Amino acid sequence: MSVPIFEARDIRKVYGNYVALNNVRIKVEKGSIFGLLGPNGAGKTSLIRIINQITAPDQGEVFFNGEPLKPEHVSRIGYLPEERGLYRKMQVGEQCMYLAQLKGLDNKTAKLKLRNWFEKFEIQGWWNKKVEELSKGMAQKVQFIVTVLHEPELLIFDEPFTGFDPVNANLIRDEILELSRNGSTIIFSTHRMETVEELCDSIALINKSQKILDGKVADIKRQFRTNTYKMEFNGNMLAFTNALWAGAELLERKQIDNHCTVTLRLAGNNTVNNLFAAIMPICEIISFNEVIPSMSDIFIRTVQPDIQ
Amino acid sequence: MGKVGLIIRREYLTRVRKKSFLLMTILGPLIMGAIMVVPVWMASVNVSVKKVLVLDEAGFIEGLLQENDDVKFFYTRTPLKKSLATLDADGYFALVHVPRFQENDINHLQRQIKLYSAKQVSLSMKLFVRNQIEKQIERLKLQSQGVDQDLVDNVKKTVNVPLEIIPLEGEKGSGVEMNTALGMIGGVLIYLFIFLFGAQVMRGVIEEKTNRIVEVIISSVKPFQLMMGKILGIALVGLTQFLLWVILTGTIYTVFMGTVVKEKLSADKMEALMKQSPDGTAVADYDELKQTQQMVNEVSRINWGLMIPCFIFYFLGGYLLYGAMFAAIGGAVDSEADTQQFMLPVSAPLIFSFVMAQTVLNDPNGSLAVWLSIIPFTSPIIMMVRLPFGVHYSEVLLSMGMLILGFIFTTWAAAKIYRTGILMYGKRPTWREMLRWLRY
Repeated sequence: MSVPIFEARDIRKVYGNYVALNNVRIKVEKGSIFGLLGPNGAGKTSLIRIINQITAPDQGEVFFNGEPLKPEHVSRIGYLPEERGLYRKMQVGEQCMYLAQLKGLDNKTAKLKLRNWFEKFEIQGWWNKKVEELSKGMAQKVQFIVTVLHEPELLIFDEPFTGFDPVNANLIRDEILELSRNGSTIIFSTHRMETVEELCDSIALINKSQKILDGKVADIKRQFRTNTYKMEFNGNMLAFTNALWAGAELLERKQIDNHCTVTLRLAGNNTVNNLFAAIMPICEIISFNEVIPSMSDIFIRTVQPDIQ
Repeated sequence: MGKVGLIIRREYLTRVRKKSFLLMTILGPLIMGAIMVVPVWMASVNVSVKKVLVLDEAGFIEGLLQENDDVKFFYTRTPLKKSLATLDADGYFALVHVPRFQENDINHLQRQIKLYSAKQVSLSMKLFVRNQIEKQIERLKLQSQGVDQDLVDNVKKTVNVPLEIIPLEGEKGSGVEMNTALGMIGGVLIYLFIFLFGAQVMRGVIEEKTNRIVEVIISSVKPFQLMMGKILGIALVGLTQFLLWVILTGTIYTVFMGTVVKEKLSADKMEALMKQSPDGTAVADYDELKQTQQMVNEVSRINWGLMIPCFIFYFLGGYLLYGAMFAAIGGAVDSEADTQQFMLPVSAPLIFSFVMAQTVLNDPNGSLAVWLSIIPFTSPIIMMVRLPFGVHYSEVLLSMGMLILGFIFTTWAAAKIYRTGILMYGKRPTWREMLRWLRY
């Protein structure tokens, strides 16, 4: 396995009496799209600030590309914070140049790249506008450009889609996917589980300062399987229930004329094949699918286990 | 360019390009120039010549009163009532009435002399007219005692004790009045500059925090770099403003001296004045001119080569000391309205030293003055107040060293509070919390 682009080993961060991160271990593989999940106040922002070297952990080690995190790495990381803003009185172009140079780009490269991005987003006319003349969505586009301009290897987006209308949210999502295809590693910090379902291939879930779950999305879903299936068939519901016997528990049923829809959970060591063997003689199967838990379900189940 | 350099450049350029900067740059010297120029100018301009009619029934001052640029005397024999009736219509401002001389009693007569006027008589005019009449009474009295007026005048002219102060330690002496004025101006300027630009640092930090750009920036640079960049950038703005003021004020001063004062103070004119006042009537005028000339001499005698660098040092030192604290306050709060409770304790030493400036002026080398000019929190203002009076270089060096240590300390402490504060939103910290941030 290749060296992870980012790795935190047992990091701990304490503010006064408050433990923000408690022995957190996280690995982000190169080229992946990684979701950093957790309820408010769980410690996500603290972790992101450590990655960006805004703060340093009290204990533990942090690695970037296998090397201990150093100030020089700043220019290889791009960060779009949730609380993002721009200098309102400054002109858009001048401001982008300033932020780009702070990330280590030289004057000429910065200008060239900015021109390209401005063309791509068709916002060339904004260069000499003051930021205060821009709408929130327009300002977000500028912020996005500034975040990715220096072509960082690692990009961190904290709730990137808030504030965008659906059209622009799609535009930004496509750009992020393109960046991912071009080799950048992406970390999303988000509450929006649709984003996670749609984009992420790995996640880590942080709750109450501790990492409580991580891994590939597919693996996690498998791990949270409940042996629950949804099935449609033509036949008699009563005959069907009788045929199930103790092999499965019926969770939901619906019947319109001859057409039945049921949700059931296999009991014990019963397999799908056993189930099929029992019901095939009495009904005509139209569809049969496993009910895969959504990330949202997994999130809620992990964060609030008592509710389940 | 390094990252701090980039920040300094942004902070500097955005401020220098503002219209308000240009306005302040132009208005500052104009106001300062006006303070220096207007009183002299006022004195040199004839507001309007006032004609004063003199009805001298005693016949001892007729034709003898000395005039000046503002007051001209005209003499009449028309009886009082008639003269008064047409006084205004004839364009006279006032009428001096000297009644008939009776019983050879000058003391009685002088009490009977009256000034009639339909308008408000200014104090200076009253004093001038009175002065002229008194001189004639004096002459009369001297005559009656058989004393020659010329003799008295000559004696008076040769009595002149300027009482120059010679400092014992061999330092260059200059006028106490000038030193006081200069000390006060230096102190006030430092006070104003620290507040003006310190507040700009604070506002800049709050702006970054409320704009939510601060997190974007500190993912590229260290919070300390951002804070220092801002403080230094604004310091450069202050220096630019100060230098522009010096240049502009200097220009205005030079131009003014080259025209108005030069003409007024030319040696010829002085001599002419001396000559034309054999009876000493122009002495007051002459004294006034001499004072102005003395002031001009003192301005050029002051060691500007020491004063200006010292001013720049104490401005920078004081500004860095307080600027860091202002930055910390800005970092800790969410809006300018929240700054009040922190501003007072931080600016208290500054206000205190400003208040103490008067005491220090009275005793510039007293132990209070010496201590206040060494303690870093008060030294920028107090040392500037003391400097024109001559301060031993060892004290200046000690004070400068302490100031450097002082701002290193406040910057260190402020950076810690700032670093934590800029990422905290939504709640106003207490003093205790801010002290705890020092240990994070």
